[in-house]
Amino acid sequence: MQGPARWGGRATAARIEPAGRLRHKEGQAGGQAVIELRQVGMGYGGRRLFAGLDLSLQPGSFHFLTGPSGAGKTTLLKLCYAELRATEGQVMLFGQDTRSMGRDAVALARRRIGVVHQDCQFLDHLPLAENILLPLTVAGRRAEGEVHLPELLAWVGLSRRADALPPELSGGERQRAALARAVITGPEVILADEPTGNIDWDMSQRLLTLLVELNRMGRAVLVATHDLTLIRAAKAQVAARVLRLREGRLLQAGADL
Amino acid sequence: MNRAMALMRRLLALLRGDPQADRAVPPTGFTARLTLFTAAAMAFLAVFALALSTATGRLAERWGAELARTATLRLSAPEGQMAAQTATALTILAQTPGVASSHALTPEENRALLEPWFGPDLPVESLPIPQLIEITLEEDGFDATGLRARLQAEVPGAVLDDHTRWRAPLTLAASRLRWLGVLALGLIALSTAAMITLAAQAALAANAQVIRVLRLVGAQDVYIARAFVRRFTLRALWGAMGGTAAGLTALWMLPAADTTEGFLTGLGFRGAGWLWPLLIPPFAAITAFAATRAAALATLRAQS
Ligand SMILES: Nc1ncnc2c1ncn2[C@@H]1O[C@H](COP(=O)(O)OP(=O)(O)OP(=O)(O)O)[C@@H](O)[C@H]1O
Ligand SMILES: [Mg+2]
Repeated sequence: MQGPARWGGRATAARIEPAGRLRHKEGQAGGQAVIELRQVGMGYGGRRLFAGLDLSLQPGSFHFLTGPSGAGKTTLLKLCYAELRATEGQVMLFGQDTRSMGRDAVALARRRIGVVHQDCQFLDHLPLAENILLPLTVAGRRAEGEVHLPELLAWVGLSRRADALPPELSGGERQRAALARAVITGPEVILADEPTGNIDWDMSQRLLTLLVELNRMGRAVLVATHDLTLIRAAKAQVAARVLRLREGRLLQAGADL
Repeated sequence: MNRAMALMRRLLALLRGDPQADRAVPPTGFTARLTLFTAAAMAFLAVFALALSTATGRLAERWGAELARTATLRLSAPEGQMAAQTATALTILAQTPGVASSHALTPEENRALLEPWFGPDLPVESLPIPQLIEITLEEDGFDATGLRARLQAEVPGAVLDDHTRWRAPLTLAASRLRWLGVLALGLIALSTAAMITLAAQAALAANAQVIRVLRLVGAQDVYIARAFVRRFTLRALWGAMGGTAAGLTALWMLPAADTTEGFLTGLGFRGAGWLWPLLIPPFAAITAFAATRAAALATLRAQS
């Protein structure tokens, strides 16, 4: 696992300073949850998806989130990076209550979270390489990423597609690019929504390896997926917990998974 | 003052630019052309409004100055008394404080004066035309009422014309014109700001998805706004440069209607006055910057 360890480790070193400063300012103790949901309820319009939901992502934790389609997995992830605001309860990002965070504070928190969106969310007019670098570009840290970009692209098998525009890519290529964009900043948390939905088994294994490596470096990982073989493969490598979202409740899945 | 300095610094930083930030927002066709065209057209008009304003300023000054320092005495007298009354009037004028000099027009001068209307061979001597005395005044002017009273008593046929009747409406008209020029400049600036605001809002609305993605990867409002603001500021700058150049060329090619003694003045700039229109492009850029920034930040606030 030379690749991810090498560039990921470097990215970590680059991140420690600003992250450390933030943590100090907020008076946050080490080991506290990076993302925490307390008694969270959420619905669209009058329809309630879930309520009284608790979730705590500790540094170095690895979670899978499963559940039937339409249960609210994507919604739950969106709460975790404040794209949606909970209708009830408290969502804490790095010790800060999202209800008291302005747009700029949310933007700063998102820089510490890597997200693979279910629908990828690229800028269609920019080549893939630019899209992958985007989180660093908007943070004024683009140069850091340029160094590691070739290795990262090679790891996700997109070296030859760096100049392609997102609409020219296959679904699987887009998902791999989305994962590359999510991890290029060396984020403290990685939230991945169906990251392997369109990807063959071998490539899924490579992506999983990347997530496992990053998790071993202390990053919290949460993967929403229907892919049970992926979950089993992960459990062979890390102590991953499996959560099931169903009928508005979040439960630990049985040991059969 | 500090705010103005901060604004200037932001503007300069903006123009220096961040190519990466620019590329984050796709170039938008019609708003780009609209901004460029508006800025050019408005700058073209601004050149003329500015020219009007400075030319009428000059005109008012000239009319005021030339008419203020002269007066005319018109003498009508029965046959035979004309010479004596003229002499008396000249003596009185010589004694009046504020009068620099006075000069009775000779028959030749009378002829020259009437020539444009009656042709060259007018027998002036045989016509009962009044004697005109041209009075040149000192800087501070004179007491017209006092002089009139004295003339009334000693030279009953004399009528003093101190040109106030002419001067007042002319200078008033000129200064009104000047303010109209300034008002036109203000209206041009306001319409430019309004048009650019609309164009910026259209661009922001067209790029809602881009803004969404930028936000998801952690871009702050100022970063997103900057990409739009920079683009519109530069377009306004280029457009206004083109419009100003075209306006100046058009002015420069106007036939010269100016004669130094005449009351008329050409619609153009004089000497250092040509530097005034050079302020139009930077002013347009500042207007675009402020308008786009306000529009962008307001839109981003509303879209969250
Ligand atoms: N913006 C929205 N407005 C209204 N309803 C929504 C919105 N987004 C999602 N929903 C509804 O909320 C429910 C949960 O959606 P969500 O995308 O969170 O499900 P999911 O568990 O991620 O499903 P999948 O496994 O298919 O991705 C669905 O019934 C969906 O129709
Ligand atoms: Mg989903």
